[in-house]
This record gives sequence, structure tokens and C-alpha cells, in this order.
Amino acid sequence: MSRLTPTSERAIVRRSLIAIALGFLALFLLLPLVAVFSEALKQGIGAYLEAVSTSDAWSAIRLTLLIAAISVPLNVVFGLAASWAITKFSFPGKSLLITLIDLPFSVSPVVSGLIFVLLFGAQGLLGPWLQAHDLKIIFAVPGIVLATVFITFPFVARELIPLMTEQGKDDEEAAISLGANGWQTFWHVTLPNIRWGLLYGVLLCNARAMGEFGAVSVVSGHIRGLTNTMPLHVEILYNEYDFVGAFAVASLLALLALVTLVLKTLLEWRFDLHQGSQSLRGAGH
Amino acid sequence: MKRRLFLATSLSASIVMVASLSACSGAKSGADGKSVELTNVSYDPTRELYQTINPGFAAAWKQKTGQTVTFRMSHGGSGKQSRAIIDGLDADVATLALAYDIDAIASKGKLLPADWQKALPDNSAPYTSTIVFLVRKGNPKGIHDWGDLVKPGVSVITPNPKTSGGARWNFLAAWAYGRKAGGTDAAAQAFVSKVYGNVPVLDSGARGSTTTFVERGIGDVLLAWENEAFLAEKELGKDKVEMVVPSISIRAEPPVAVITENAKRHGTTEVADAYLHYLYTPEAQTAIAQNFYRPTDPKVAEQFKSKFPAIEMATIDKDFGGWASAQKTYFGDGGVFDKIYTKK
Repeated sequence: MSRLTPTSERAIVRRSLIAIALGFLALFLLLPLVAVFSEALKQGIGAYLEAVSTSDAWSAIRLTLLIAAISVPLNVVFGLAASWAITKFSFPGKSLLITLIDLPFSVSPVVSGLIFVLLFGAQGLLGPWLQAHDLKIIFAVPGIVLATVFITFPFVARELIPLMTEQGKDDEEAAISLGANGWQTFWHVTLPNIRWGLLYGVLLCNARAMGEFGAVSVVSGHIRGLTNTMPLHVEILYNEYDFVGAFAVASLLALLALVTLVLKTLLEWRFDLHQGSQSLRGAGH
Repeated sequence: MKRRLFLATSLSASIVMVASLSACSGAKSGADGKSVELTNVSYDPTRELYQTINPGFAAAWKQKTGQTVTFRMSHGGSGKQSRAIIDGLDADVATLALAYDIDAIASKGKLLPADWQKALPDNSAPYTSTIVFLVRKGNPKGIHDWGDLVKPGVSVITPNPKTSGGARWNFLAAWAYGRKAGGTDAAAQAFVSKVYGNVPVLDSGARGSTTTFVERGIGDVLLAWENEAFLAEKELGKDKVEMVVPSISIRAEPPVAVITENAKRHGTTEVADAYLHYLYTPEAQTAIAQNFYRPTDPKVAEQFKSKFPAIEMATIDKDFGGWASAQKTYFGDGGVFDKIYTKK
């Protein structure tokens, strides 16, 4: 794994490959991003600030952060538990569990949303019981959290399973034979080994949790100031001919994504200082 | 060392998350009798209308009772909104595009009495509208009446009648023309079927269709609520779109109702009822006319007469035997719409 081998390609090949990659990035990532911000700032910074400081926009921002703050930790715990179980032990039904984890990826988000309506809706399976106990699930925050957790289910687990499979269980076996208990093994051996994969999974999970549209749209009820997340709010503003407002909120959403990226880079950089070159292991996919 | 750092980072991250979580849940205030929350679940094009009307009612109610009303608005395709209320969306009042969608809440959800339409004047429709055409600047395809929609090469934009109330009014308005022109229902069906043969895309709600037509530039003519057409002209400028008034259309009556079971549970029956009655006051009727809906109050209607073109209008009760029967015949599963739209 020596990383300093010079490539044998000629300079022109290298440069044109780089140019193609950068050009592609500029066209499909940078340009839309610039468009979002320039549309948002079209009528000046004043209009922009006004658009993002309305009470509806604020409540959409708060709700989106709340949803992410609940669903990401839940899925971290689940993802860790599932990939730990799957890669370190063998048990009947293991492949079924792996398939189930992938389920949210393979069904359309709209279907995921409808599942919750069928389960918790007033006409649904649990609806009458919920109503009798005055519990609100769908068309309220719990329903949006449920839908988001369901949608972002696979991100952490899917990131960790290949990594942990590749690492095998030698380290853990060594730890246990030296007298560590299960918790100690996890905390001192497994977790440090997988932290890059975990971090990456958390970032993906968080990005999707904040950006999810389809499933959330089905269970939200679109009540302004109450059950409108940022992506839903963007659509509403756009449909109201409020283009500055729509793009302003969209730009905030993009900013949140950029902040996560910066955080990731910062963390990588910190760890790099401490750990030297071997830290690249596991972060590169 | 490095492990410590990682753990410390993740620990502080989770603390921040929990802190922001509790901060969020603390922001909501409870009901204390001084304030009341009213959820109005409405159809697509009424956004601007209720933005104007709600503050007026809030002020009037505050003056009368001292209570502060906070409005919660939800907008979407009328059929979709009706479905959501049936599935448990906590609406205090429903202000939808057509009576059938509120009938469905009464029959499937049992959330209000079956004769809800008698609760308020004018069949519980405080405002009416009709269906007109919106064409591109200068009317390049020369569209002046329904007959022009079936010409080859004319692309017609209208939402899906299964989910949108406006789309159902569009369908029936086309039918009224076909019946008048051809004399029979069979001729009407042939005509409507040709119109839908020219429809490239069915959006789920009226506002989605307007966006398709205006923003994405798809289609030559948009079948639209009159209020939606006026609004698009105003918001986007007459240099982009023009309204065309057909020879015959339909009197669209978007009804309003208190969802009595929900209101009872929330303790909002009184304020919900007052809110809907407020829609019939001259003040609200003026706001209605200013937002391009046709007012039902005769005095206000007279005052704004010049703003609305005079059109011959079919009505749902006289010409289509009421919504229950029209819904079944035209829009139910296996109904006329299914037949003509799948035949393509």
C-alpha cells in the first residue's frame, strides 16, 4: 500500500483526465449550486434575509434539525448493532436480516410513506387505538421521524458491514482471549477500527435525513409552521411564485450540507495529524 | 489519545443534538384559553386567499372574545387533502374544491354529519369560480373556445381528476361544451376523450399544473380555475400569459365545512364555526373578490361585476345530477375518465 508510486501515464493523459473530472464536477455540482445561491440573492441580501426569517421558514428549519437530531443517533445505534451482529457472529436468518436492512433502499420513498399511513392512519391498522388514546403519529412530528428513520435505516449499517467483514474478527478474538469483556472489546477494539466508516455513514444518514422529500411528504400533512420540513417548504414557496423564498430556503439546505462536508474534512484533518498516513485506511471509499 | 479525541467529539456531538432537541420541544406553548389554534386544510389555489382572510378574522375574533387565533394552513390537491383528513390529518375546517371531497370525509371518515352542506348559506360555498383557459402571450395557437382544444398539435395541460378538484371541474366544463355542441352525452364523451388525447401530463393538483404550464413552459393551453388564471396573469405579467374565456363553462362551488369531530376534540367548535360564518361577511367577501374568486354576497358581487367576465355556466346539480352521481359516473374506478384515459 505504498502511496508514493509515480504513475507511468504521460502528463497529457493525466491532465486531460483531471480536466474531464473537474469539468464534470463543475457542470453537475458547482453550476446548480451557484444557480441556487444566485437565484436566492437575485433581489438582494435584504430579500434573502427576509425570506429565511419568516416564522414558517424558521419552524421548517427547526423541524428539519430536530428530525435529523432524532433519527441519526437512532440509526447509528441500530447500524452499529446490526453490523456488529452480522459480521462478528453467525446465526440463522442472517441473510434475511441483511436483505431487510436493504429494504428502504429498494422501495420507493412514497411507498414507505404510505406504509405508515396504512399502519397509523385513522383508517389504518393501529389508527383507532391511537385515536382512543389521543396519540398522534402521522401528520405530526412522530410520523415524520418514523418515515425518516425508515428511509435512512441502511446508511450506517451498509457502510459498516463491508468494512467490518473485511477487518474480520481477529482483533476482537485477541481482545477477548486477553480477558476483555464484550463492552470493552467493542469500545476499545471495534469502534476505533471502524470510526471512519461510521463517520461517513453518519454524514450520509444526516444528509438524507435533512433532505428527504417523498416519504415525509406523504406523512407530513403539509401544515405550515407545524409539520413542514425544509424540503417541503421549498416546494410550497416555489408553488406560491415566491422564487426568492424557495431558493433562499434551498440555499440554507445546501449550506447545511456544506457545513457537514466541512466538518468531515476538519475531522479527517485532525485525525490525520494524530495518526499519520495509516489513517487513510477505511476512509477512502 | 486519538481514541479519546474521537470519543470526545462524538460525545459532544450527541450532547449538542440532545440540547437542540429539548430546545425545540420547549418552543411550543400550551393552550391556556387565551389562544387557540385553528387548522384549515384547503385545496391548492386558495393560498393567497386565506393569507388575506385569516388576519381579518383573527382581528375580529380577538375583538369579540379576547382570544388570539393562530392559523395552521395546509394546501394540496383537493382529493389528496380529503384523503389525508380521513387518514387522520387534524383539520378543524376543510375548505376544499368540491362537495364530493367533503362528502367522502363524512362517509368514509365519519368526521362530520352527512348533511354538512346545509350548515351554511349557498350550499356552504362562500365563493364560486369557473373554468377558463390560460394561453401563451399573443395566443399563437389561436385558441378561443373548447372546440380549438381538440385540434391536432394543441397540447392541453390539466391536472389529474382523480386527485384534483379543479381537474374534475375542468372535465365537467369540457363535457358541458361537448353536450351543447353535439347534443348528446355520447357526443360529449367523444369530445372530452379527444381533449384528453391532447393532454401530455397530469399533475396531482391545480397549482402543479399551473407551474408545469407557466414555469416549465409545457403545453399550449392550461385549463384553470378563473382565480388561478387571474393570479398567474398578475404574478407573472400579461406579457407571458393571457386568459381566454370560453363560450360555456361550469359554475364551480368550492365548499367549506367544520370537521365537527376534530373540532369537538380540540375544543374549537365555536371558533371554527365563527370562522366559516366570517367568510360570508362583506369584509371577507371583498377580500374574496380581490383574490379573484366570485363573491356570493349580491352587494359585493355587484360592486366587482366588471372584474369577472359573464359566461354561460352549467351547474353540477342541474346538469350533472349532483356530485355523488357525477363522481360515480365520471371519476369513480372504471368510470368514464378511466375509460377515455386508458384508451389512448
